[in-house]
Amino acid sequence: MSLKKIGSGTYRMEHPPVITSSAAVVGRMEKQGPLGAWFSHWHEDEYCGENSFEKAESRMQKEAMKDAFEKAKISEKNLDLVFAGDLLNQCIGSNYSLRDSGVQFFGLYGACSTMVEGLILSAMAIDGGFADRCAAVTSSHFCSSERQYRFPLEYGGFRPQSAQWTVTGAGCAVVEGEGQGIMIRHVCPGAIVDMNITDMANMGAAMAPGAALTLKRFLDDTATTPSDYDLILSGDLGKIGSSLLVELLKTDHIVLGENYADSGCLIFDPASQDVHSGGSGCGCVASVLCGYVLPEMQKGRWDRVLVMGTGALMSPTSIMQGESVPGIAHLVELSV
Amino acid sequence: MRSEDYQQLVWAHTPKKPLWQGCFGAFVIGGSICVFGEALKELYLYFGMEEKSAAIWESVSLIFLSVLLTGIGVYDKFSRVGGAGTLVPITGFANAMSSPVLEFRVEGMVLGIGPKIFSVAGSVIAYGVAASVLYGLIYFILYQIGVVA
Repeated sequence: MSLKKIGSGTYRMEHPPVITSSAAVVGRMEKQGPLGAWFSHWHEDEYCGENSFEKAESRMQKEAMKDAFEKAKISEKNLDLVFAGDLLNQCIGSNYSLRDSGVQFFGLYGACSTMVEGLILSAMAIDGGFADRCAAVTSSHFCSSERQYRFPLEYGGFRPQSAQWTVTGAGCAVVEGEGQGIMIRHVCPGAIVDMNITDMANMGAAMAPGAALTLKRFLDDTATTPSDYDLILSGDLGKIGSSLLVELLKTDHIVLGENYADSGCLIFDPASQDVHSGGSGCGCVASVLCGYVLPEMQKGRWDRVLVMGTGALMSPTSIMQGESVPGIAHLVELSV
Repeated sequence: MRSEDYQQLVWAHTPKKPLWQGCFGAFVIGGSICVFGEALKELYLYFGMEEKSAAIWESVSLIFLSVLLTGIGVYDKFSRVGGAGTLVPITGFANAMSSPVLEFRVEGMVLGIGPKIFSVAGSVIAYGVAASVLYGLIYFILYQIGVVA
């Protein structure tokens, strides 16, 4: 019998694992966005000095890990497990960023929810007594995603208003059993929800029902309300998806107020940056969480925060075969 | 919530395509490309080229400029405003053929550029050829039965 499960599917950490350090690496557009001041490590060059976008993405992951490990004063040799993933086919962004590390590694694919998926698994591994120190790592790159999911970069296609802009960025969080930092109190893994959205250019709409399910489950299981938290952050629902989430929760009598924000809406400025519905990608919630939210929590701006990574679990093949886009959302509760 | 109800909610929350703005952009940019093409043709005629050669050189010039603008990363910026206005003229086809070349050069000449060059325009070529064969066949039959001369 599970000792840590509460309600229908939330897990309480008996000895809350601690995020002892985090780091984000971003691209030029993210640096120019509203959160630019929080991103000290960024790349002007979209190739990051490499000769392909895939290598550039792996390099950003490596740099995010290096920064986070330096802050925690550890090396990869001190890690028990790494949970990493990205959007590229067969997760090559992570496979290649970790190939020289020698660290025991689980490759994850949760689309844009991967950062939170990694945090959940890190916390479970530590609180379950399997590991002392883990890292959760993810990345995405606008150019490598475009070529995999859509058209060549220079092709003059027309972007619909509901489209989102893949964030070029990587994030790494070091999770430890003991130490100073931000605690992971509860975790709530998501379930796949498919509401038959077939438009790949409207991923916020595809992911919002999954996010509503996870958030409702978590609030029910913990007998809390949105106002009990200083910040509720969703991954990359964008403008459309986050307004849909608010509407969906209203039907369950859950009201999201001023304390709700979406990473995809925070990272870019819709007025000056032509990103339509907002940012997306694994690197979206990863860079906002690791570069902005966790450091601000350390400074005391927020005490209790819910972070929900949202993923659209389709592939170019499934879309071409006329399949709809299934969505998922994983949630962690963080506190100082 | 039922899937049908959700679809309606999504529809209500999704901004509609700015149709008139799109049409206007396509008209102006697409029209400008055609006017520029005509100007080139007039120029070639002025320099003593024959009508047929001038038309061919006009197409070649537009294709060259489109590929050049794709290469220096400008063509897609026109398309943001121009939409179908940059897609329909011959320049759109040149952009659709040259952009995968830039994109997939990392995978090499044989495994990258060769197969991927048709990744966007492949359908246009395949069904364009098929349509021309069908047209030829119909024309041949009509010619044989004496409907067309």
